[in-house]
Amino acid sequence: MPPMLDKLRKVALRLLQAVPTVFGILVVCFLLTRALPGDPAAYFAGPMADAESIEEVRKSLGLDKPLPMQFVNYVGDLVQGDLGMAVSTGQPVISELARRLPASLELTLGALLVSFVIAVPLGVLAATRPNTWVDHICRFLVTAGVSLPIFFTGLALMYVFYYLLGWAPAPMGRLDMMYLPPETVTGFLTIDAIIAGEWEVLGAALAQLALPLITLALFTLAPIARMTRAAMLQTLGSDFVRTARAAGLSSRRVLITYAFRNALLPVVTTLGMVFSFLLGANVLVEKVFAWPGIGSFAVEALVVSDYAAVQGFVLSMAMLFVVLNLLIDVIYTLIDPRVGEAA
Amino acid sequence: MTSLSSSASQNLKGPPRTSYWQHLRHVASENPVTGLAFGLFALFVGMALFGPYLVPYDPLNTGVGPALQAPSAAHWFGTDHLGRDVFSRVVVATRLDLLISVSAVAISFVLGSIMGCFAGYFGGWTDRITGRLVDTIMAFPLFVLAMGIVAAAGNTVENIVYATAIINLPFYARMARAEVSIRRNAGFVQAARMSGNSELRVLFGHIFPNTLPPMMVQISLNMGWAILNAAGLSFIGLGVQPPSPEWGIMVAEGANFIISGEWWLVIFPGMALMLAVFTFNLIGDGLRDLVDPQRRT
Repeated sequence: MPPMLDKLRKVALRLLQAVPTVFGILVVCFLLTRALPGDPAAYFAGPMADAESIEEVRKSLGLDKPLPMQFVNYVGDLVQGDLGMAVSTGQPVISELARRLPASLELTLGALLVSFVIAVPLGVLAATRPNTWVDHICRFLVTAGVSLPIFFTGLALMYVFYYLLGWAPAPMGRLDMMYLPPETVTGFLTIDAIIAGEWEVLGAALAQLALPLITLALFTLAPIARMTRAAMLQTLGSDFVRTARAAGLSSRRVLITYAFRNALLPVVTTLGMVFSFLLGANVLVEKVFAWPGIGSFAVEALVVSDYAAVQGFVLSMAMLFVVLNLLIDVIYTLIDPRVGEAA
Repeated sequence: MTSLSSSASQNLKGPPRTSYWQHLRHVASENPVTGLAFGLFALFVGMALFGPYLVPYDPLNTGVGPALQAPSAAHWFGTDHLGRDVFSRVVVATRLDLLISVSAVAISFVLGSIMGCFAGYFGGWTDRITGRLVDTIMAFPLFVLAMGIVAAAGNTVENIVYATAIINLPFYARMARAEVSIRRNAGFVQAARMSGNSELRVLFGHIFPNTLPPMMVQISLNMGWAILNAAGLSFIGLGVQPPSPEWGIMVAEGANFIISGEWWLVIFPGMALMLAVFTFNLIGDGLRDLVDPQRRT
């Protein structure tokens, strides 16, 4: 089989494996909606309802049917994009989430990009120069990233860069009130500003983005740098690297073509865990910096016990996580030098 | 005959024991940080046990000093917006924070080990069901799942414990499964089976104790993470309710004052939190060096 076809087959197989995962997520989310404290029908009927209207609500919500039927209805609603109404804002949950998603994605993906760009070279340098200052910096960052509560890091950065130094703008949302947001194309303010060519707005958006992004990046940097360092150390000590060195290949070639390509695989695998932490940490960072994303929406909904909104948030985060994991695995298959070459 | 066999068994026991202590000393002297970590651990346990009796002020008492005062000799960590003593609150909070994370980790250790042991030992449908369950939990971003559980089950401290236990469960189940399945047909297991032990007795009496050393490492690494998760949940307003002192909620209350420069409200509970997590991580690393010399870094 030609290598490319083999890879495509593997990718398709991996897509199929996501089906039971999605089913599991739906079951858990469904069970969470039924685990409301007290009677869900009484909750949705409101505090003033009498027994008769509660029964009516129960019937209209389909809560009188057996659980499997309720599950089918639940999935049917989801397929139509119906996540219920957010009591706190009076809008459908799905449109609330969709409106806030770009803000969260801009922050999360930006932080991931920044931490990847810093962590991978840092890990490689630390592995190739053990017990030098690079290695010590790497170890310090890794320990700090694992031990520091992310909301604490965010507040500490805010204190230093906003209150003490005055470099950062006030931590209020995505854009200073002085600027008008650029025309919406992607929903990412920075990219939209570039498309519109409004450089001042771009600067303002970046200034607002900087602190939350650095906070998140510091947090995700730790696992990536640790994994890169460990994987590089392992591949550098392996037989094929020794053989490549003995064959007289240049050290640059050994490092990049032989060691690094293979060390990248375990790093890509840990990305799944990193995403899990990142999506959770995102909620905390959005709360700290009053970032108008889906995380702070969920926190506000939690405070006023807006269950539909919280459950919609949990479900969409889980779906986002599944998609990200699929992407990782597809990338893994595509970059794995072993897949397809033996055939 | 008796004396001979007992002296023989002593001889068998003797050397490994001394070499174990030598090994411990070797590891400890190579890494003095582990000693420091155990000292800090003792400090935290002491604060949790005796903290409420030692602090200078009542942690709930408002107006023990002027509000929002910077650290001074009378109030080491300053006072908060209601004039409560931050130092007393930070110390007293230790008990609740450790209690939440210890109970959560204990629950997930017990349940996870039982699930993992059965899955690894019997295989078949037990393995498939546990595997599916664990995969489903892991399919969620874990902190988000904990938020969803607490939101659905009700906003109480007990539910924080259960939610933290559930999101930690997969790590123990997977580890126990792996450790049990590599030993399931080992020589000593077959010997135990041959001498007429029941399957359950073989599993929990002979195999399970052998999985404990790696599990201990997992527990102490996991404790730090459990503390962070519980504090994160109370930071966003779940679980612990305002007047009671808890590190996460103290940071959340102090967050409103950081932009006006009252740093001590956030820094001290945050530092306590960081130090606790750091301690458990260091102990975990130290234990791992002791248990698994190959992974020593």
